[in-house]
Amino acid sequence: MSILIDQHKKVIVQGITGREGMTRTRLMLDYGTQVLGGVTPGRGGQEVYGLPVFDTVQEAVDQLGNIDVSVIFVPAPLVKDATLEAFDAGIMLAVLVPDRVPIYDVLEVHYYAQERGASFVGPNTLGLLSPGKAVLGMMGGHAKSAQAWFKPGNVGVTSRSGGMTSSLAYYLSQAGIGLSTIIHVGGDALVGLPHPEVVKRFQEDPETDVIVMFGEIGTSQEEKVAELIASGRVTKPLVAYIGGRAAQKGTRFSHAGAIIEGNRGTYEGKVKLLQEAGAHVVEEFQEIPKVTLKILENLS
Amino acid sequence: MARLHEYQGKQLLKSSGITVPEGKVAASIEEVKKIVSELDGDVVLKAQVWTTGRFSKGLIQFAQNSGEATASAGQLFGREVNNFTIDRILIEKKINIEKEYFASLIISDSEAAPVMIFSAVGGTGVEETVREQPDKVVFFPIDIIRGFKDYHARNMLRKVGISGREQRSLADILVKLWQTAHAYDARSAEINPIVLTREGQFLAADCRMTIDDYAVYRHPELGIEIARELNHPPSELDRIAYQVEKNDYRGTFYFIQMAQSFDSKEKYVGFHGAGGGGSMMSMDAVQRRGYKIANFCDTSGNPPASKVYRAAKIILSQKNIIGYFGSGSGVASQEQFHSARGLVKAFREDWVNIPVVIRLGGNSEDLAVQILTDYTRDLPAPVEGYKKDDSVEFCAQRFDELIRKSEIKKTKKPGRPPSSKNLYLFDSLTGTVSYDHDLCIECESKICVSKCVPQILKIENDKPVLNITREEAKKGKCTECLACEVECYFHGNKGGHVDLPIQGLPGYRKKTGLT
Repeated sequence: MSILIDQHKKVIVQGITGREGMTRTRLMLDYGTQVLGGVTPGRGGQEVYGLPVFDTVQEAVDQLGNIDVSVIFVPAPLVKDATLEAFDAGIMLAVLVPDRVPIYDVLEVHYYAQERGASFVGPNTLGLLSPGKAVLGMMGGHAKSAQAWFKPGNVGVTSRSGGMTSSLAYYLSQAGIGLSTIIHVGGDALVGLPHPEVVKRFQEDPETDVIVMFGEIGTSQEEKVAELIASGRVTKPLVAYIGGRAAQKGTRFSHAGAIIEGNRGTYEGKVKLLQEAGAHVVEEFQEIPKVTLKILENLS
Repeated sequence: MARLHEYQGKQLLKSSGITVPEGKVAASIEEVKKIVSELDGDVVLKAQVWTTGRFSKGLIQFAQNSGEATASAGQLFGREVNNFTIDRILIEKKINIEKEYFASLIISDSEAAPVMIFSAVGGTGVEETVREQPDKVVFFPIDIIRGFKDYHARNMLRKVGISGREQRSLADILVKLWQTAHAYDARSAEINPIVLTREGQFLAADCRMTIDDYAVYRHPELGIEIARELNHPPSELDRIAYQVEKNDYRGTFYFIQMAQSFDSKEKYVGFHGAGGGGSMMSMDAVQRRGYKIANFCDTSGNPPASKVYRAAKIILSQKNIIGYFGSGSGVASQEQFHSARGLVKAFREDWVNIPVVIRLGGNSEDLAVQILTDYTRDLPAPVEGYKKDDSVEFCAQRFDELIRKSEIKKTKKPGRPPSSKNLYLFDSLTGTVSYDHDLCIECESKICVSKCVPQILKIENDKPVLNITREEAKKGKCTECLACEVECYFHGNKGGHVDLPIQGLPGYRKKTGLT
């Protein structure tokens, strides 16, 4: 299995006629994702790669039947409304690829997602990919590359850095480690499915045996993952790397951050909590495949 | 996050109905004098700088008359604090403090909500107070759709034992603080302290606000020049780069100068990354070899070749760099030949004489490395390209070796063939494309047509012309892939050229002695 996406999920693309929308639809189709159509207001009736384009998401759902996922490639100021449109049409998973979505918009999307029991990945995400099955977003760029770079298997990858998601997945595959699903949770401070949510899904996935997490300084995502492990809700081995150790510490401007987050967000704090919980924290990026291989050997 | 100064934040609070001390901001001694005489009485001078603990640093001073005020202002103006020079002082009527409170609105990622924080004790050292007296502090996650209502505020205040008129007045401030923060897309908005004066008035004695960088476009009235938190005033190059970023929505472009003054004993290098995580790792690798990073730059998210070109030109405008290192995550989803063509155009124009190492791993990396290296062989300095199986460490090592060897050839930059009168011109999204048809007609390869990535050219009477309307080309159908210049130079008759102006850069280069 895999999490969130496979070859059976039915997908539409919002913003399918745009520069990015078209390019990434090609990737998704060629890789095996079931993209059934797209939406661009005012372009209803047109076709992209033989797929029908609709004026609204509801129209797409009416015509195509039940849709599982919408991948969104509209300009950042329009992302909120596009996502609400997808949720209102009954779509339960949205992938918000664009960068620079205002945080108050993301808060609203979060609210409506919770209200409907829906989920979203991103914003500011490369997307997700289940090797050999399907891809959402732009991971891999081309189907050929994605096929060559990412091998199927039993290790789940979750990352906060877009570029490092692909490179981590590639170096793991090169080391002979197969992957169940690779997910870039998004580069922003507030995302729909942060690390702890993804890790919980990997825990439930019978075909994922080991989890690899590329964390970063800032936010409380990695601390929450440590809590999940410490409380026994996540029991699968987890390899973690935290980026940004050498980053300059900014001069703090307000007190509230320190009051509310305490020691959360720092490199040292994250590493300490993860280690105490029993995660395998790796200091050097290139060590990740080695450590993961060792864990896999011990499992079998 | 774009930060506002205290006086700017207070203006926003005031316009939403929160009382602030009477006062004005001054930019000169003359203005200080004028404001002090208007305020009539004891005043406080507050330097407008982004730091905490201003009082203990002497950045807040009291004065009883114009003479004292101008003396204090004279000390403050021009003083350096955290790389910023004090150029504004807020002068307010001195207030008589009876009691101090703390209020803040912050967006919490763990709650996925804005959180209102109130502390019944405020003022300096509030973080310690909160640690020592947690019962004085209340938190309230705000429902983004319903908002923060008066009764939410009153219930918060009740929990820390505040009642009666005090409760009503403070609740009013908290609700308005939320309204201001929400209206201006604030990532955080803090009043420390809210003061109850001896005269019984509640007012905001300080204000720190940060605006969401991604929402600054909604608030032109705030006049935020560069929407990000900088730890130094934007340099001229930062400003030039920001205009490029702002005016081209395709892909990501981010440039920031890290070195403010170039120390002659240090070895500075230009850095060109792709993606934040990979860039950090790459900069670490270079720094570990004893180099200083002159600038951080990120072109990622599938940027056009023209954007990478502009980034390279801006990086190369730093006079004191002794090398150029490019490296991102190493396995890019974007087509790397676009980056390669952008870099080649910039390197050739500037006839680069400092060693260059670029890690171009990712899609179409073979072609990308070939373009980068084949088309730069005649340059004075070595230019090397690497792929996804070459580690950052290896590339940084190679970069170090090239700088140490410093084998710079003395080759002369070939001049451009004189331009004929027979130019075919069209506009692209951010530049102008020209084909010299007198040269094109002699060209056998017509490589511009076959290599054009968006395939918008055709041959008419033996010359390349648009196969789409000029309007379409200008609106973005011409993706500025630069093939019709770069490929033409080596495989055609050198008739293709793409002019990509960078506003302010020629002037900057002239001034700093670069050509």
